[in-house]
Amino acid sequence: MSTVAVHSLWTTAVDPISKFQAPKIEYAQLSPTLIVIGAALVGVLIEAFVPRKSRYHAQVFVSVVALAAAFAAVVALASGGYGTTKAHIAAMGALAVDGPALFLQGTILLAGLFGVFTFAERRLDPAAHGNRVDSFAAQAASVPGSDSEKAAVKAGFTTTEAFPLLLFAVGGMLVFPSANDLLTLFVALEVFSLPLYLLCALARRKRLMSQEAAVKYFLLGAFASAFTLFGIALLYGYAGSVSYATIAQVVDGTVTNVDPALANTMGNDVLLLIGAAMIVMGLLFKVGAVPFHMWTPDVYQGAPTPVTGFMAAATKVAAFGALLRLLYVVLPGLRWDWRPVMWAVAIVTMLGGAIVAITQTDIKRLLAYSSIAHAGFILAGVIATTRSGVSSVLFYLAAYSFVTIGAFAVVTLVRDAGGEATHLSKWAGLGRRSPLVAAVFAVFLLAFAGIPLTSGFAGKFAVFKAAAEGGAIPLVVIGVISSAVAAFFYIRVIVLMFFSEPNPEGPTVAVPSPLTLTAIGAGVAVTLVLGVAPQYFLNLASQASVFVR
Amino acid sequence: MNPVNYLYLSALLFTIGATGVLIRRNAIVLFMCIELMLNACNLAFVTFSRMHGSLDGQIIAFFTMVVAAAEVVVGLAIIVSLFRTRHSASVDDASLMKL
Repeated sequence: MSTVAVHSLWTTAVDPISKFQAPKIEYAQLSPTLIVIGAALVGVLIEAFVPRKSRYHAQVFVSVVALAAAFAAVVALASGGYGTTKAHIAAMGALAVDGPALFLQGTILLAGLFGVFTFAERRLDPAAHGNRVDSFAAQAASVPGSDSEKAAVKAGFTTTEAFPLLLFAVGGMLVFPSANDLLTLFVALEVFSLPLYLLCALARRKRLMSQEAAVKYFLLGAFASAFTLFGIALLYGYAGSVSYATIAQVVDGTVTNVDPALANTMGNDVLLLIGAAMIVMGLLFKVGAVPFHMWTPDVYQGAPTPVTGFMAAATKVAAFGALLRLLYVVLPGLRWDWRPVMWAVAIVTMLGGAIVAITQTDIKRLLAYSSIAHAGFILAGVIATTRSGVSSVLFYLAAYSFVTIGAFAVVTLVRDAGGEATHLSKWAGLGRRSPLVAAVFAVFLLAFAGIPLTSGFAGKFAVFKAAAEGGAIPLVVIGVISSAVAAFFYIRVIVLMFFSEPNPEGPTVAVPSPLTLTAIGAGVAVTLVLGVAPQYFLNLASQASVFVR
Repeated sequence: MNPVNYLYLSALLFTIGATGVLIRRNAIVLFMCIELMLNACNLAFVTFSRMHGSLDGQIIAFFTMVVAAAEVVVGLAIIVSLFRTRHSASVDDASLMKL
């Protein structure tokens, strides 16, 4: 290579400051993200300056208002045509404002909003020393069982930091599916992962399990993001740029003006294949697809249940959004290479999640394996590489996130002396003791199983139809088989709830405040509406299914 | 010297880090190995930047450092809270949820 040419770049003086052009940022089009991140910063200030007694109310107020305002901003952008005709790339090429991005941002914001409702629930745990408490530790820094923890509980402390952490996580998730260069992708990945690691460690009950879940999630998550980063480095080496459009051009071989300094490394297929594989691996870790799913059951079980519900719903939406954009915008020229691999991943994910779930005895672990199986079903839609594939994945993600938040909210209600009673044996006969809660949970399980008239059926049908049209018939057959296997263990829980004798020392069902009721009610309503009349939302997803390049 | 050699070095460092994560048992050592992997990424970015004659890679290296610093803050907080509870930072001991 010509080292002289390269060196002249370092030694040429930069342009005088008067010629510096300020970057053009479309603030209005980025307003959903800016509102959420701004509110998170306000939440940090509230922690610093507002007296401890009023922090909880201030934090809940700020979080709810911010998420609702950001959702309104997304709706305004979408109705202003930014999802379809005016879709473009904003912020100097860093972020895409287009249909899939707006649709997924709306879904993430609603998941975040109902997540805040479950976070703020204070009627489930018995009042400690006259203070109402939520699911989070009195003082996360104190050792479990120590005097300082007892003092914190007695003083009525709560970890109100959970709300700004949730907002930071939502902020990162909003950027993740709309990131249009690899650096933004990586920063967004970390911005939403780091708060989630912390939230996992904050449980009020079973704190050892909670801390253990956080350590496992953190170490494995950081390991996976290091792989992602090395993949980004290799793709940068391959294309000489981290922008999605440029990389796609280099992959297609349509790049017009080749820099002589680039000629040495550019178009080196080894860099491209290894780099793309490592980035996709990091994203598959976040969605919990099978070779990279090991963290899912432990983290879902150990984390505080409201956090599990939020994480299960919103992380999956954000990560599948980023995966779709990466595969459809950056690597479409490579699809003959990635499709066979994704086929294999989808098959083992569907079968693995469904089969291992059968042996589970803990309701949170069971839902974790069910979420792995669902990741496989969604991957089947991703593989379609058609427009209907994108729209089916968008619809599935929206349907799935409401069911998940609702199901985990119901899990928080069933309690005994030690907190939540998550062992399946304790759920026996729940339908006789509190028919309403059991019926609501049955609706969610039927939606997970994909029974007609629930949103799960409409989503699965759309995904499998898109996969079949894309020529993946064997994948659809395996998907239907693993749906049947999965239906077995969902139905088994329903049978256990309604057709077995209740244990006299069994758990009680706590009466929640309107906050959790709203989250559960929204889950049921969306499940039924998307199940009975999915057409409007399928059309919406279909309109939103074109990526801007 | 041919800059490609730095790429081999970066791949080697990355592999050492990844191997360390897989075979070591102390959470702090695991974490150090992950940091080694991130630094290997930085070396790759800077080398590619030199080879392409563009500054992007060097800027990205700064972003990586900031992200790594944030990760240290969160990671050490979590590992220290685990250590204070259990008086051990071994990841093998943390097995409450094993099947």
